[in-house]
Amino acid sequence: MAEPILRLDGLRKRFGGLAVTDDVTLLVAPRGLHAVIGPNGAGKTTLIHQVSGTLRPDAGRIWFEGRDVTALPMHRRARLGLARSFQITSVLPGFSVLENVALAVQARQGSSFRFMRPAASEARLNAAALAALERMGLAARAAVPAGALSHGEKRQLELAIALALEPRLLLLDEPLAGTGPEEAERLIGILSTLKRDHAILLVEHDMQAVFALADVISVLVYGKVIATGAPDAIRADPQVRAAYLGEDAA
Amino acid sequence: MSTQLLLVQALNGLQFGVLLFLVAAGLTLVFGVMDFINLAHGVQYMLGAYLGASFAAWTGSFWPGLLLALPAALACGLLLEWLVFRHLYDRDHLSQVLATFGVILFLNQAVKLVWGTAPLQVPVPSLLEGGIALMPGLQYPVYRLAILAAGIATALLLWLLVERTRAGALVRAGASNRPMLAALGVDTGRLFMLVFGCGAMLAGFAGIMAAPILSVEPGMGDSVLILAFVVIVIGGIGSVRGAFVAALLVGLIETLGRSLMPDLMRLFLAPSPARQAGAALASMLVYVAMALILAARPRGLFPARAG
Amino acid sequence: MGRLRGALLPLAVFALLAAAPFLGLGAGYMLNLLARGMILGIAALSLWLLVGGGGLVSLGHAAMLGVGAYAVVVLDAAGVTEALVVLPAAVLVAALFALLTGAVAIGTSGVHFIMITLAFGQMAFFTAGALSAYGGDDGYTLYGRTTVLGARWPEDRLAFHYLCLGLLAATLGLVQVLLASRFGRVLRAAKENPQRAQALGFNPYPYRLAAYAIAGGIAGLAGLLLANATEFVAPSYLAWQRSGDLLFMVILGGLGAPHGAVLGALAIVLLEEWLAEWTEHWRLIFGPLLVLAVLFLRGGLAGLPAQLRALRRG
Repeated sequence: MAEPILRLDGLRKRFGGLAVTDDVTLLVAPRGLHAVIGPNGAGKTTLIHQVSGTLRPDAGRIWFEGRDVTALPMHRRARLGLARSFQITSVLPGFSVLENVALAVQARQGSSFRFMRPAASEARLNAAALAALERMGLAARAAVPAGALSHGEKRQLELAIALALEPRLLLLDEPLAGTGPEEAERLIGILSTLKRDHAILLVEHDMQAVFALADVISVLVYGKVIATGAPDAIRADPQVRAAYLGEDAA
Repeated sequence: MSTQLLLVQALNGLQFGVLLFLVAAGLTLVFGVMDFINLAHGVQYMLGAYLGASFAAWTGSFWPGLLLALPAALACGLLLEWLVFRHLYDRDHLSQVLATFGVILFLNQAVKLVWGTAPLQVPVPSLLEGGIALMPGLQYPVYRLAILAAGIATALLLWLLVERTRAGALVRAGASNRPMLAALGVDTGRLFMLVFGCGAMLAGFAGIMAAPILSVEPGMGDSVLILAFVVIVIGGIGSVRGAFVAALLVGLIETLGRSLMPDLMRLFLAPSPARQAGAALASMLVYVAMALILAARPRGLFPARAG
Repeated sequence: MGRLRGALLPLAVFALLAAAPFLGLGAGYMLNLLARGMILGIAALSLWLLVGGGGLVSLGHAAMLGVGAYAVVVLDAAGVTEALVVLPAAVLVAALFALLTGAVAIGTSGVHFIMITLAFGQMAFFTAGALSAYGGDDGYTLYGRTTVLGARWPEDRLAFHYLCLGLLAATLGLVQVLLASRFGRVLRAAKENPQRAQALGFNPYPYRLAAYAIAGGIAGLAGLLLANATEFVAPSYLAWQRSGDLLFMVILGGLGAPHGAVLGALAIVLLEEWLAEWTEHWRLIFGPLLVLAVLFLRGGLAGLPAQLRALRRG
């Protein structure tokens, strides 16, 4: 494996007496899609929060592109190229769809301490934003307030925002949550193109989607990684079947 | 400055601190449990003082005045809660600030209409008149010591209520994790009324006790309110213990600052500018202390809410 | 179309203000009142930038205005009345005060922010009261109004009226330009969803602090004008009740658009005057009106046309 883009090293997080992340060590390759699955309460979201910087781990280190980012706040990690989508959609409802993405372009390009020129008329920001929307199939909705989008469209917008940041690593927290079968299919299509030229760390409930998309899967149970491997190997792993897939089969 | 004067000022500071605590306790509980900013809490203190003064004048004695004014202050608080505040619990802080500001404007003016603008005097109850010798050559008014004792006793009682009773447990739960209350199936409407009533009565009690040593006048609640805000921000919002510690601290800083600062300035400046600079610095001292404490601990000394 | 309709209300208000001296409102007393309304409109606009633009509910904004006014006082006592000195001094000192207090306050959020701005406001208030060289609690009467390049035209009522009107329009324009800029976009994003802004790589703190300092500077300008309008400055300018009034202006006007602040300021100044003429206990009516406005007028005055249209459509 090439030098990993993200390395989690003995990560621990406790809430009260409960170990929610228990000595998690994980390597994410610089290309392809790495999925983290696990039953409810396995600590998947807590893990994403620690990687993105909303939660500070109690122990352990997070290395991003060879740099220790454990102590950096979220906005600094985002600047380094760590983009995340949220489990509960969190687009800016009062901004237009285009403005949502243009803000992400602005975050990457140049200074935001510019006070006079109207940002909405900056062709450079708008062109890049529109390009990201086109990739997500949302260009037709550019002028609509983001709050008026359907749930699936908001999911697409989240992805467009993350893409516009031109991230080194995409953290996707259950991007399919709450979408209907048709919307899910479209999003899966989008993700399978994205993973060709992006590193993606995906937390997802939808098993079908995970096994269709993932290059590597890690299984998290009660805060511990019990297995990591290719989808076929995970499917065959007796420990995983007992702890996790067994529940589904029963 | 002599040690004796310093001791007197320190006692005055503590006594002012316990009055502040009585006002701040209600404020911090109401905010902690209901997430409700009540600017009109200061007028509860003012109403307490006016009611105490009126009932004392009517009955001719402080004690029946106190006994009548307490339930009257409670009734005023509950009436306000019913009329205005309960419609604001689910609104944002900005709306709460403004609406309760409107209540202040109304009540300050109403007090002027009913009692006039001239300050009212309330005589010290005869039982607690005169002074007591704390040490040779140092007389201290008994009434002020009584305030100190009553304040500390009330603080203890409140602590017992919050730490040892079922309602207190709910209050603590609400202050540290509000959504949990609803999840536990608590009748929040009733709990809110209880907390609110207690807070109003405590502030009223402070007002009644302060009446004989301060002048009772319209707007007297406003400056106390703002110091009470400083107290709960320093102490950590929602924490009764924090409010107590911070109230004593603020009382001491405020009182000692006013008497010591001009003298301190005289070490560096001529008498007249020293007096001026000292007075200016003394009035800023509490806020500077708050800024320093918050810079070090943004959630106050004893944050009630985890995370 | 919607944009045009949105601009109609502020345009009408500005046209009315411009025409006021010729509509029989030229009496000195009426012009003074309108000048006061416009000056407080400038202050309310600066507060709108914080509340409506950045979600920063400050309850100490009167202090910024007061610092600007006291800059005029200090220079006046030193014999300096030239606008080329007084104007930058008032704006910069107020902005600096905002920057210093904001550096502490912006680190907190929600209710802490409200209370800390209130406390800093009180600090400024008590300090002003302790400045016995400048009248202490009794206030300070200016020797004269600020002069422009030595000329005394601001003393003319009509000239002062149009000066205030021009500065009000310029401030409204400035606030709108700021909101539409890259800076304003980040500020608004941090208001709508701070976590999202951070996930994009923005730390809200410097943007909020910059907005706070800019708002402080604008309020300093309002303070300079207010000192000139009354030719008198007192600590009561900085009282926390004045901050509450400013907040009420902003909310009454509505947070939907900055011109709401102008409407709110004019409405409140005129309403206060009208009620005060009627009874000395006008606050008995004003207070409950405030409560009712908060409870029922959720979009503010600027949102009233839309609210009425929606009502008519059913």
